[in-house]
Amino acid sequence: MKRVKKMQYESPKSIDDAISLISNSPGNVRLLAGGTDLLVQMQSQVADPDLVIDIKNIKEMKEFKKEDGVYTVGAAVTGMEIIEHEEFGSDWPGVVDGVKLIGSIQIKGRASMGGNLCNASPAADSIPAMIASGASAVIAGPNGRREVLVEDFIKGPGKTSLKSNEILLSVKFPIKKPNSSGAYLRFTPRTEMDIAVVGVGINVTMSDSGICEEAKVSIGAVAEKALVVEDAATALVGNKITDEIIENFISKVRASARPINDKRGTVDFRIQVIGVIAKRALKMALERIR
Amino acid sequence: MTRRHIEAKINGDNCDFLCESNETLLSVIRNQLQLTGTKEGCSTGDCGACSVMLDGRLVCSCLTLAVEVEGKNIDTIEGMSNGEDLHILQRKFLEHAALQCGICTPGFLIAARALLEKNPNPTETEVRYWLAGNLCRCTGYHKIVEAVLDAAEEMRG
Amino acid sequence: MSDTVAYEEKKLKIIGTRPIRPDGVDKVTGRARYGADINLPGQLFGSVYRSPYPHAIIKSIDVSAALAIPGVKAAITGDDFEDMPSQFIPVGEMVVNFRDMTRNVIAREKALYDGHPIVAIAAISESIAKEALKHIKVDFEILPHVIDVVEAMKPGATLLHEEQYTLIERKRLGSEPTTESPPKEPSNIAKRLTWEKGDIENGFSKAHIIIEKEFNTKPVHQGYIEPHATVATCTEDGQVEVYTCSQGHFVIRSQCAKLLGIEVSKIKVIPTELGGGFGGKNNVYLEPLAIMLSKIVHRPVKMVMSRNEVFRATGPSPAGHVKVKIGCDKNGNIVAADAQIDMQSGAFPGSPLPQATITCFTRYDIENVRVIGHDVTTNRPKVAAYRAPGAPIAAFGVESVMDELAEKLSIDPLDLRIMNAAKEGTQTYYGVTFPQIGFLETLKRAKAHKNYNIPLEKNQGRGVATGFWMNIGNDTTSSLNVNDDGTIALTIGTIDVAGGSRSSLAMMVAEEFGIDSDKVRVTTGDTSQLGFNFVTAGSRGTFAGGIVAILAARKAIEECKIRAAKTWNVPLDEVVWEDGYARPASSNVGGFDPLSLADIAKNATKTGGPIAGHSEKNVQGAGPGFGTQIVDVEVDKETGSVKILRHTVIQDAGKAIHPAYVEGQYQGGAVQGIGWALNEEYIYGDDGKLQNTGFLDYRVPVASDVPFIDTDIVEVPNPYHPYGVRGIGEVPIIPPTAAIANAVYKATGIRFNSLPLSPPKVLAAITKK
Ligand SMILES: Cc1cc2nc3c(=O)[nH]c(=O)nc-3n(C[C@H](O)[C@H](O)[C@H](O)COP(=O)(O)OP(=O)(O)OC[C@H]3O[C@@H](n4cnc5c(N)ncnc54)[C@H](O)[C@@H]3O)c2cc1C
Ligand code: FES
Ligand code: FES
Repeated sequence: MKRVKKMQYESPKSIDDAISLISNSPGNVRLLAGGTDLLVQMQSQVADPDLVIDIKNIKEMKEFKKEDGVYTVGAAVTGMEIIEHEEFGSDWPGVVDGVKLIGSIQIKGRASMGGNLCNASPAADSIPAMIASGASAVIAGPNGRREVLVEDFIKGPGKTSLKSNEILLSVKFPIKKPNSSGAYLRFTPRTEMDIAVVGVGINVTMSDSGICEEAKVSIGAVAEKALVVEDAATALVGNKITDEIIENFISKVRASARPINDKRGTVDFRIQVIGVIAKRALKMALERIR
Repeated sequence: MTRRHIEAKINGDNCDFLCESNETLLSVIRNQLQLTGTKEGCSTGDCGACSVMLDGRLVCSCLTLAVEVEGKNIDTIEGMSNGEDLHILQRKFLEHAALQCGICTPGFLIAARALLEKNPNPTETEVRYWLAGNLCRCTGYHKIVEAVLDAAEEMRG
Repeated sequence: MSDTVAYEEKKLKIIGTRPIRPDGVDKVTGRARYGADINLPGQLFGSVYRSPYPHAIIKSIDVSAALAIPGVKAAITGDDFEDMPSQFIPVGEMVVNFRDMTRNVIAREKALYDGHPIVAIAAISESIAKEALKHIKVDFEILPHVIDVVEAMKPGATLLHEEQYTLIERKRLGSEPTTESPPKEPSNIAKRLTWEKGDIENGFSKAHIIIEKEFNTKPVHQGYIEPHATVATCTEDGQVEVYTCSQGHFVIRSQCAKLLGIEVSKIKVIPTELGGGFGGKNNVYLEPLAIMLSKIVHRPVKMVMSRNEVFRATGPSPAGHVKVKIGCDKNGNIVAADAQIDMQSGAFPGSPLPQATITCFTRYDIENVRVIGHDVTTNRPKVAAYRAPGAPIAAFGVESVMDELAEKLSIDPLDLRIMNAAKEGTQTYYGVTFPQIGFLETLKRAKAHKNYNIPLEKNQGRGVATGFWMNIGNDTTSSLNVNDDGTIALTIGTIDVAGGSRSSLAMMVAEEFGIDSDKVRVTTGDTSQLGFNFVTAGSRGTFAGGIVAILAARKAIEECKIRAAKTWNVPLDEVVWEDGYARPASSNVGGFDPLSLADIAKNATKTGGPIAGHSEKNVQGAGPGFGTQIVDVEVDKETGSVKILRHTVIQDAGKAIHPAYVEGQYQGGAVQGIGWALNEEYIYGDDGKLQNTGFLDYRVPVASDVPFIDTDIVEVPNPYHPYGVRGIGEVPIIPPTAAIANAVYKATGIRFNSLPLSPPKVLAAITKK
């Protein structure tokens, strides 16, 4: 006789407990933060876990702190908590731009940046912003902790560098440079409740004399994962941001996009619009420095 | 282990229920607690009809597991009015004819109350963006936005 | 017109005010019970195994593994239903081919679209029911499929129905309709329908300017937020009770009776509150399956669709391919108009072709007209009605061409329409001669509207377009009882499809009696309580429901007068009814104190028994509805994104019983039109599967996508309604697509002939330019 499979749910209180649960459970194990990806996948039967481990009752996962200028955002901190953190918003406005765009208020009431990262959708809104900010992922595993840059953490659609017995603990942001700021912008057909057709995260540091000293640019939804566009950053660094420089910057962004045709957009459209959105994001970031 | 026993507070009352681990909060609210005012329009977080407050946060109950709410406070549409008195938002929705079929209405009311608690003086644009996670196919949103703005004004006094 | 109820001008007390709707408190408190809110003791849960392929032969079905799961109680397939011959049978006021309907409810020899039901099962819980679906084995032979309407019409296209031969019908104004013998070869073209008036060749020969264009629209879904839901019980002695959220419980009853071979009297359908329908809940989907499952297990079976199922397997509007050709003389008078409308009907014939072809040019008074329509089967879900079914598709083409003509002739686009507008006495190409209508008034009010004269900025544009819907009456019943305290219980058989018709009907009855509208309690009766009612569609709820409610009220008032005459012992004709009281007709009658409705009701037992009135009628005299809309857009030329800045709806309501609900219809319809114009579309993969089966990728407008929708209610009374009511629900969705395309033209200089005007399409055109 057949039996209907029963999913198990655990809600450990410590990282160690969580790791030992993952390590010792046979079958399909999934971590649960806000569940706004996982539950959708379960509803549509894309995911069919035997065990779900809720990480929200682990204190560290909900920590949101600034120490010596370094922010640590626990993997399960929700979008709304991030948006409501005024100081974080003034230090990392681009990241907050990205988080603000994740779904509705309802979705952000649960969705975490950590979940956005681990779900590793090529169109995830907070990822290009995190990359542009130089953020890194703090990972816990049976043998301790390690840190990798967000751009190295993401491997492909739905793929990360997490090993099967590892957990994302938090996202760490470097000390913010003076005279720097960032922005994230995306294009969607609707004003809200939509998935990015293209997205651009950017961070720039300017000198007092208006020369770009440092820049980092990341583009989303135009490749299998968010890309770092070094050429576009190089086009800015060492220069005053003139129209000409911006044109060059745009063409570098476009050149590095390698999108596909799908239900959300065409190749031509994406390449065209990623340049436009990059330009607007750049201007927004510069505006914020002033 | 089969079903899980969960204790929580719903609209201020203690309650407990048994659920499967993969059951959603929406399913428990509607089917076990028989609070059918919270609606299901999509079960994928897209329509907002299932909006409830979870420990003071506006969330989609269709994307929350019932097992997660152990010890938490849940507020649904059934707890919005106070005895004979409708909440100002409920009254304004009626006065402005801000509902037609009404299937979206509980979700809009819960979401709008969450907005006004946070921002008592929202602009039209802020109302529209805050409510973007609630779909309404009947009204074109016009009268809903009007009702929320009017309620905000009255609540500010 | 005989058999109509005439308009009378009178001073109104209730009508035109804005009382709070009777269903309102239940809806703001979560108490209102919709389809999925109904639960019955002992109920089972049904779920449906659906075809994963757009076109496939079903070679065999094995449900044994599913049935072996503990808790699974029954499984049914197409074989459990009687097959039906292919013929058109009038049932429930619709002409239905039950061969097709039974196959749409559950597939027989072939699966014809992605999502086509193949097996239905009932189990003791939802999760077991869902799990059981995974254990159903169907052996498919996959066939080539055809999704696009133009492709489907080509010779040699994959056939959905090997026995389908084009039905050819021609209707020439002034002549009897003719039919031609069908072609020898089968095809996906189920029907070819032609309307003709005058001589178009000759007409075009007199034209100074002719514009001819082709247009394409995509299927769009009604997008009601409430998924289909039903609970059905069939007892051991064959009595069936069905709760369902539909727009027409009597029609659901008729269709179920026929599909299941059950007598109509054995089925009772109880309507729940309806969470939106817009035409999509006029037909059966789950109900016959739930009844059949319950027939096996004799327990209530509850079935609720997921959003995915709603998108994949319930009726969207058709896609249309439309050719429009209009010729004008130098002054802008239209001399001839010609159109071809190819509409995909989905897996079975029956698109809203009649409505599309009838409404196509009907806003204008044109001597020479031809409209040819094709009804084309494709591997998509069978289309269903969607607000003004068919009309927006035709209007998109016609109103775009009108705009171009106005431009070429250097005439204001509203003036061109004013010159050619249909008015009282205009005979349409489908035969009807218009009574008093308000089209010209809407156009003139549009021209004078402040929103037509606001200056625009760079990248902005303003467009106008118009819409027409004939509106309908049809079978409608109501029963009215005067309670012993003088309040009124009105039972109606139409569904309050959301617009607030319960409130409007209460207001009309209150106006008749001269009492407050909150003294009238309106309830929708189940099918055992009233005579047959047609589906609440075609903007008939307030019009037709209103007429039978008024007639029922008038009968009850007449009875009240009889009771007063009895009480006073005077002849009946010496009693009048005024403002809620029976009064002596004049002082000569005697010095009697007026008797209120409450007085009369209190003494009803003594004067002869309870007082009631009822009315059953095939309501005639629906007033044609017309509207004009003005839209301002701003185009982001770098991204192709179109933003709606202002949107103004000016429409003839005949009489707005409850103005807020009229505005609500205008606003809701306009925003659905905005969705149709900008972002909504069914997206199919090469594999014939629907790719956007949820609200995240099927993009209905959200609150931040749209501005306030300004409304202006024109009131030109319908001569065939006591208060002048016309239907108003359909018209608002007709103009937006063309109005927006015309506005985008003004902003960009580019004419768009295909919907939606999604950013990639707009940007590609701007870049090419
Ligand atoms: C209606 C709707 C709209 C949306 N709109 C957007 C949008 O506009 N932009 C966007 O980017 N996203 C969007 N999303 C997707 C989703 O909300 C985000 O990706 C969100 O950030 C996910 O966070 P979560 O906490 O809910 O993740 P969860 O669903 O809890 O987890 C996501 C994935 O990460 C894994 N995971 C979670 N935490 C950890 C951890 N600490 N360590 C290892 N693995 C972990 C989970 O197992 C799961 O596979 C939308 C979703 C919905 C339902
Ligand atoms: S049902 Fe939860 S968002 Fe639609
Ligand atoms: S009132 Fe019907 S969906 Fe909002």
